[in-house]
Amino acid sequence: MSSQVNLGPSGPADIIETDYELGQDNIQARVGPFGLDIHNPVFAISGLTIVAFVILTLAFQTQVEPVFEQLREWLTTNLDWFFLSAANVFVLLCLVLIVTPLGKVRLGGVDAEPDYGYPGWFAMLFAAGMGIGLMFYGVSEPISHFTAALDGTTLEEGARTDWAPLGAAVDDAEAAQRLGMAATIFHWGLHPWAIYAIVALSLALFSFNKGLPLTIRSIFYPIFGERIWGWTGHIIDTLAVFATLFGLATSLGFGAEQANAGLNHLFNIPVNDASKVILILGITAVALGSVLLGMDGGVKRLSEANMLMAALLLIFVIAVGPTMGILTGFFWNLGAYVQELPFLSNPVGRDDDNFRQGWTAFYWAWWISWSPFVGMFIARVSRGRTVREFLIAVLLVPSVVSVLWMTAFGGTAIGQIVNDGYQAVANAPLELKLFEMLAELPLAEVTSFIGIVLVIVFFITSSDSGSLVIDTITAGGKVDAPLPQRVFWCTFEGLVAVALLLGGGLGSLQAMAVSTGFPFALVLLLACYALVVGLIAEVRHPAVRAAAEAAG
Amino acid sequence: MYAKIMVPVDLAHVDRLTKAIDTATDLAKRYQIPVCFVGVTPSAPSPVAHNPQEFARKLDAFAQAQGAEHGLDAGSAAYISDDPAVDLDRTLMDAIAEQGADLVVMASHIPGLPEYLFHSNAGHLAAHAKVSVFVVR
Repeated sequence: MSSQVNLGPSGPADIIETDYELGQDNIQARVGPFGLDIHNPVFAISGLTIVAFVILTLAFQTQVEPVFEQLREWLTTNLDWFFLSAANVFVLLCLVLIVTPLGKVRLGGVDAEPDYGYPGWFAMLFAAGMGIGLMFYGVSEPISHFTAALDGTTLEEGARTDWAPLGAAVDDAEAAQRLGMAATIFHWGLHPWAIYAIVALSLALFSFNKGLPLTIRSIFYPIFGERIWGWTGHIIDTLAVFATLFGLATSLGFGAEQANAGLNHLFNIPVNDASKVILILGITAVALGSVLLGMDGGVKRLSEANMLMAALLLIFVIAVGPTMGILTGFFWNLGAYVQELPFLSNPVGRDDDNFRQGWTAFYWAWWISWSPFVGMFIARVSRGRTVREFLIAVLLVPSVVSVLWMTAFGGTAIGQIVNDGYQAVANAPLELKLFEMLAELPLAEVTSFIGIVLVIVFFITSSDSGSLVIDTITAGGKVDAPLPQRVFWCTFEGLVAVALLLGGGLGSLQAMAVSTGFPFALVLLLACYALVVGLIAEVRHPAVRAAAEAAG
Repeated sequence: MYAKIMVPVDLAHVDRLTKAIDTATDLAKRYQIPVCFVGVTPSAPSPVAHNPQEFARKLDAFAQAQGAEHGLDAGSAAYISDDPAVDLDRTLMDAIAEQGADLVVMASHIPGLPEYLFHSNAGHLAAHAKVSVFVVR
């Protein structure tokens, strides 16, 4: 009888020969009736560290909070040049890889075929990585930069105390709008996606092509060699779990506050702890359902539904808002972004300290602390793409979508302030700005409702993919660990969020999570080196070369 | 009575398959029919293989070895799944149809409390497959 392979050929790849066997450090145990398959010691250390930090924060709130907050502030204030420079390195490397022959390398081997089609792939890229921020900052951030720029600069003892980007644009509404949009797009465009792309690409390369486990430590094989299987690797993986879980849990806690404010605004649902806890538990329950239905049945479908709704809202705002203004604004803002990019990304010799440190460096630390999670998730769904295709899809497409989104939401809101003298959107608190902007457009009830649903669904799509990522890392790179482990991480994340919400400490632990952006920035710079070395080894591998030549 | 036997195998736990393979062998000889060993792998590296291609090679080597040892007409079919912890049942159901098997012989564990929450794979197949399923415990 003949044999059959229903895999699609994946062709030659430069497999790294190592004596390490995936899962060799795993403990396969039974806890009560449930089977477990967990990495020793990453699972235990991650879980215990997280519990310890939660208890520490709850018990010594007044002592701990200033320490964590100051750590974060110290990093973004004193090392702003480092964050800005590192992010520039990531963008430049991605752009260089797109145009060099290394861009031809296919993730998963010369003949690998994509696991996911374009719609599902794009939906998952977006829904995991940034969606929720677009909902809150899409309206509020352009307004913040616009107003700050319009107010001009203020000096105190030779240092600027205003929050305006670059040189501001005092009393010039058009220039202030241009600068405000450019600065916002800068924070949501090439740089964050380049950060995600570096992690995702390295991980996909070392896992799908080189055959190492799908876990963060594998990226560093070219640097640390076999040592990544020991404590060097344990620390990297634990740090990744720590940043991911606290990043998700604190966002979930704050998100519940914001969603609660939105629900109160729309339906008069009371703002109190009970509402917020119900929101967190509800979001966690749906995320739990999603991870139990799996990648295809849950995560992908939910991401697609999410993107469809976001697209509808975007199209609606473009259609009923100032349509021509948004469409011309798109090119205008894109131009402004490209023109201001060299100045906004310049790490030294600037005097806009508050903007550079409080906004840009904070964002970069934030994106970097999320990069293990988003990067690993993007990697998992990107097998079968070439490096070039991957980078165009992960870097350029989302950046263009961000420009469109920011133009439609932020540009429309600024237009309301400048042209119509509509101050409600300017005066509203952060979490209500979106709804105040929508209130001025037709069908406000419907769009606001879609808005609040989107906010909640975006949390679910981050929560489910985050749980899968943590599960895989703590299972030593096994993507098929027993289901109860996913249930554990997803539930754990919700409970941490509830504990921090009720006990206080969301802010300080979020500061702690953002602070992990610093060690990860160092780690990502090493990853850049490993990535280039890995890609060169891939194109030089005799079998890969022969296959490429045969294909012409 | 039967035309083809399908035996789902977990290459990471071959030791647990002895009884199922012996059962399949007896049935195959009794009816003089071929046996197809089916394996499911994620696209990411696993304890069994660095990539799906290597997995398919190992599975086929396993099938050939079983064929030689037991004097069977043995083949193999490897399937890729995006999320095997969840999609294994569905993938195996597809495999039954694609391989044209009309008897599945499959190892399972002794059911316990977890089966109320997370069903067993063999249990799912026995409940939903349109062909005969022999669950070996």
